[in-house]
Amino acid sequence: MKEIVVISGKGGTGKTSITAAYAMLGGKDITVADCDVDAADMHLLLKPDRSFSEDFYSGELAYIDQEKCRQCGKCAKICRYKAIPIIDDKYVIHELNCEGCSYCFYACPYDAITMVEQNVGKFYISNTRAGNQLVHARLKSGADNSGKLVAKVKKEAKRLAEEQNKQLILVDGSPGIGCPVVSSLSGADYVVLVTEPTVSGLHDLKRVYILVKKFNIKAGCIINKADLNVNVTAEIEEFLKNEGVDHILNIPYDEEFTVAMTAGKTIVEKEGSELQKMVNDSWEKIKKIVQ
Amino acid sequence: MKIAIASGKGGTGKTTLATNLASYLAQNHKVVLTDLDVEEPNSGLFINGNLKQHDDKFKMIPEWDKAKCTLCGRCRTVCNFNAIIKLSDRIMVFPELCHSCYACSELCPAEALPMIPQKMGEMKVWETGSFDFIESKLDIGQEQAVPLIAQTLDYVEANYPKESIFLFDSPPGTSCPVIEATKGADLVILITEPTPFGFHDLKLAVDTMIELKKKYAVVINRFGIGNDDVEKYCALEGIDILAKLPNDRKIAELYSRGELVYEKFEGFKSELTKIAEYIIAADLGGE
Repeated sequence: MKEIVVISGKGGTGKTSITAAYAMLGGKDITVADCDVDAADMHLLLKPDRSFSEDFYSGELAYIDQEKCRQCGKCAKICRYKAIPIIDDKYVIHELNCEGCSYCFYACPYDAITMVEQNVGKFYISNTRAGNQLVHARLKSGADNSGKLVAKVKKEAKRLAEEQNKQLILVDGSPGIGCPVVSSLSGADYVVLVTEPTVSGLHDLKRVYILVKKFNIKAGCIINKADLNVNVTAEIEEFLKNEGVDHILNIPYDEEFTVAMTAGKTIVEKEGSELQKMVNDSWEKIKKIVQ
Repeated sequence: MKIAIASGKGGTGKTTLATNLASYLAQNHKVVLTDLDVEEPNSGLFINGNLKQHDDKFKMIPEWDKAKCTLCGRCRTVCNFNAIIKLSDRIMVFPELCHSCYACSELCPAEALPMIPQKMGEMKVWETGSFDFIESKLDIGQEQAVPLIAQTLDYVEANYPKESIFLFDSPPGTSCPVIEATKGADLVILITEPTPFGFHDLKLAVDTMIELKKKYAVVINRFGIGNDDVEKYCALEGIDILAKLPNDRKIAELYSRGELVYEKFEGFKSELTKIAEYIIAADLGGE
């Protein structure tokens, strides 16, 4: 079983549109995971049925029992996150600032502090209109621990794929280079980088690729909107060559991405279009590289 | 006045808006632009200036002192982030998981885990002639953006007069980095595009702002594509739409080269003016 992760560094390069198209093309042969748990969008195109859902608990917040508190102030003094202000002569937890480290819990001489596990989101397993199963999640607004939710989504996808003897897991990764991306990349066999020929696209591609290299994962790249700036496209192609990254495909600037999305469809559902053929060929190419 | 420019979905135009707005407002006002998207900062690609400061930024992590350690295991017990493990003959620290809470260090009975600084990124300050620009960049391999965002905010707070207009280019998403970047803002501008992805992620961003009890307003970018779901939603929820930035390949081309848009594209400038006027009015209103 192999795992393909699609990431982009920069947002808005067409990562999810392309991943959803691959999910359609992969059909019943693959298991799909949406690890962009902060702003998950794949479900808008794959129409999952959310046949299984479960609350996701992760991380803790401190809670002060005012009956037990003797106002000694030790907790506020040791807290590094300015999370224990005094309001109306009482020490209280500023929930947005609390990191859940539990130092105050250990430091309190009167056992007035408890740590409470947080419900940070929901986790789903769905059947999709692509004929496969999608593992996805919804992080609560402002919640912490997206990296852990990503790890959970990936673990469940792997379990499902093993159970059903699927050869491929397709993962929509998250933007950036921080903990959710690191979680997305861990255990991957191949990374598809979706970029665009803009100064930002190139800058972010280079940064996220350094991360991919740290994981020692083989990568390929799709340049979307490739004709927007031919000079930057050439620069990206040069970069790919020097780094030994597979150059999978160049897609011209095409408003069909938006048209398809607005219709709730993926970009490979318009029969006979150039875009459909291109994306289809790229999926075959990726499958061949991975297997 | 502190204004954060944020979005649920990435790639909707945060950086375009932040850089153009900073440059435009700086013609008549004191402006400070800060890029808080420390994982993938891009504003600097659109701004030319003289570098006036370049600092390494550090977070504090525990360092194991073998000579003092009694292997009691207290450090591992108190660490809530699995950043410490105890083997039969040693303690191992995983700095990328450490949240710098100091619990292990200060609760260690043998003082065997002193905190030492570890580099997590860099902060640069540029003078452009009309405004200052601050950018922080997380070192690759560091997983936590929040400490670097917090230190950058502290620097900005300490070094510029309160009456400046502060613009913050924020990270995408709805989780901890965005919270850190927006929690001190007087106004959050949520930029989106009128597509199903843009709309869906805008709703998440609005939920987050409601959760944070923030004053917020919406800017629609690439107006003309997709559908009118965003506009209908904003009308229904009573959310101000400050401007509708046009969809035009020429704007995308300017962006691709790292150029500001408003000087070269009248339809963009007129919409940008509306946002600037809203900000000035809100600022004068003391909100």
